Amino acid sequence: MGYDPANPMVDRITDIGPHYYADFHPPVIAKNKGKWLYHEITQAGVLMHKSETGDECWTVRVGAARLISIEHIREICEIADAHCGGFLRFTTRNNIEFMVDSKDKVQPLLDDLASRGTKFPVGGTGAGVTNIVHTQGWVHCHTPATDASGVVKAVMDELFDYFTSMKLPAQVRIALACCLNMCGAVHASDIAILGVHRKPPMIDHTRITGVCELPLAIASCPLGAVKPAKAEIDGKEIKTVKVNVDRCMFCGNCYTMCPAMPLADPDGDGIAILVGGKVSNAKSAPKFSKLVIPFLPNTPPRWPETVAAIKNILETYAKDAKKYERVGEWAERIGWEKFFEKCNIPFTIKSIDDYRLAYDTWRTTTQFKYTNHIK
Amino acid sequence: MAKHDTPLLDQLESGPWPSFVSDIKRQAEKNPDCWDILGQLELSYTDKITHWKHGGIVGVFGYGGGIVGRYSDVPKRFPGVEHFHTVRVNQPSSKYYSTENLRGICDLWEKHGSGMTNMHGSTGDIILLGCRTEELEPFFYDLTHVLGQDLGGSGSNLRTPANCLGQSRCEWSCYDTEEVCYHLTMHYQDEIHRPAFPYKFKFKFSGCANDCVAAIARSDVAVIGTWRDDIRIDQAAVKEYIAGNIVSNGGAHADGDWGAFDIQKEVIALCPTDCMWMEGDKLKIDNSECTRCMHCINVMPRALRPGAHQGASVCVGAKAPILDGAQFATLIVPFMELSKDNEFENLIEFIEGIWDWWMEVGKNRERVGETMQRVGLPTFIKVMGLEPIPQHVREPRSNPYVFWQDEEVPGGFERDVVEFRKKHAA
Repeated sequence: MGYDPANPMVDRITDIGPHYYADFHPPVIAKNKGKWLYHEITQAGVLMHKSETGDECWTVRVGAARLISIEHIREICEIADAHCGGFLRFTTRNNIEFMVDSKDKVQPLLDDLASRGTKFPVGGTGAGVTNIVHTQGWVHCHTPATDASGVVKAVMDELFDYFTSMKLPAQVRIALACCLNMCGAVHASDIAILGVHRKPPMIDHTRITGVCELPLAIASCPLGAVKPAKAEIDGKEIKTVKVNVDRCMFCGNCYTMCPAMPLADPDGDGIAILVGGKVSNAKSAPKFSKLVIPFLPNTPPRWPETVAAIKNILETYAKDAKKYERVGEWAERIGWEKFFEKCNIPFTIKSIDDYRLAYDTWRTTTQFKYTNHIK
Repeated sequence: MAKHDTPLLDQLESGPWPSFVSDIKRQAEKNPDCWDILGQLELSYTDKITHWKHGGIVGVFGYGGGIVGRYSDVPKRFPGVEHFHTVRVNQPSSKYYSTENLRGICDLWEKHGSGMTNMHGSTGDIILLGCRTEELEPFFYDLTHVLGQDLGGSGSNLRTPANCLGQSRCEWSCYDTEEVCYHLTMHYQDEIHRPAFPYKFKFKFSGCANDCVAAIARSDVAVIGTWRDDIRIDQAAVKEYIAGNIVSNGGAHADGDWGAFDIQKEVIALCPTDCMWMEGDKLKIDNSECTRCMHCINVMPRALRPGAHQGASVCVGAKAPILDGAQFATLIVPFMELSKDNEFENLIEFIEGIWDWWMEVGKNRERVGETMQRVGLPTFIKVMGLEPIPQHVREPRSNPYVFWQDEEVPGGFERDVVEFRKKHAA
């Protein structure tokens, strides 16, 4: 049995959807769903949820690289079989959660995890830095302006102490997207690492006829910078496009629509840092991340400029913010001029919005603070 | 034995965070094709640019999504990644697994693919990275026949829905997120697998306003749990918090030096609506002023719980910046009851109201949030047949440019300029 290439439609099964979730609930979850009373984080990476039945679910949260092998997953299964009755879950932020039904099962689990080298770091809870959500980067994507897994590894190595502790004013969510498409939706993160292009697309006139629908490529540009044009290829005139480079904002949307317009470049590409976003509605409304460092170079394998910039922002915030204050709430309380001064980040014209809805961000009050920006 | 020298990537094997490089090497010992992942990635680290070609349309018969084509632009040097397609497998709600199921996925991926994965992709799917075109159909056959599981979405379709773990392990969830997610995923298999929309469309389900799946930031329909009645208070537990006998914020600040818990400073003063106060040793809340932000409940989970009349707020139109800039989802339905008893028909009716309109007027590659921007929120509210309410806006408009309709003005728009001139000389 199995797939028969000569009869591909024989026995075909479609549209059956995912596996039913409740089959994968550990017994303590199945029994207490909807009955949970409260929770407590007993130490970094360890949560206890108490049910009205008196049951407790103890969860050990473990970081993962997101890019993981089936050998690693099999090792995760081995741990879950040994300690958790053969169940586990993953979080939205690529952590693994091992759950047990009593406190006395926690320490043996922690000991087992610790015995496996650096593969299973425990943490990512409460007022700390949890795992970085990120995209594919150079390991799998065709449009990236930077790598993802390598940058994340370098940053998390440096911030590791904040993953395994809860000493920050609030939780700090870091995210990375390797281009402006933002598959990782970094636009509402405390600290966002964003791959950016800085050179306009090239036009591959020899390929464009075969691979590109010109009206779609032209319509794809939000600023009307892509125009119809003609070029001569092998003595024959062809229809193609040209780019008004003065208008290009390097979003890459034309390349998404037209493979004959590549824009990635070793020197053009790099990283922008945005800060102060949040998703939660707690205290203040959700906020977008704001661009504070327009460009840092791609410096593999460890991106020291990016790592230093993030550590600086994180530690300046940690020293200055009040308890419960998210990065964006802190920046708004002290004022963005103070944010730049305290973090010692040069303010450049590139942080002033000149895209749509830009006016919303211009200051239309006489209220400001005297910082070192005023000479 | 390593097939390529990778001096740059080797530097990512040290340090305390798990190393994806060590992990790929581990997998390469089982499947030598993975050496070519490292080889090509090392080349990208040297060249500072990607070596994957643009696109490539591949898939399985009958589906228009679930597989993303990927080809190396240096296949002669790295034949193991010449084809390196992505397979999106729809994850189970809440991302719980049995080890039996996970091992089954691993076995299939060992048989048909590279053995590398993402657990999980940003939208929520199990991402299986690296498969040759000729393995796609055999993989799909085994996925559906052996594991009884299916692909997720890609392209201009309903993307794989995702949820926070909800009531399964959280005391704050105001509805059964995993059940709604599963039910709608099953209800809309055709929309997930066969692209028929102007662009992608995402649902995300969060149980409370803390929004652990970031629904309000990245989904076209964000369903976020809330309640209608009063926050439930256990005054005895309030006293225990004040006395310092229960650790505040669930212990989330345990490693900082923040001093003793101060309910005035940490709860009452941080309430965004100023609706809380102490009367003697009792905590009082003016619930009619509360906007249910979750802060007080986050800080005192053993004393405060969401109200008992629960449901969800439904917000529409979030997206990342491409193209017109990032948008959060806009509050459209302040409170919707969600019950399995009616199979969530009110939510389904709401969603299909959006689709019927958006599939008609949405432009190619226009997210519904951008369509809403283009036509305006008043038009969207009318299309959805809703009453406009102040909850739809942060503040009323500050310009007077109202699009009055002909029928709203006595006598209508048609007038006679000749009659007008009889009284008003030019």
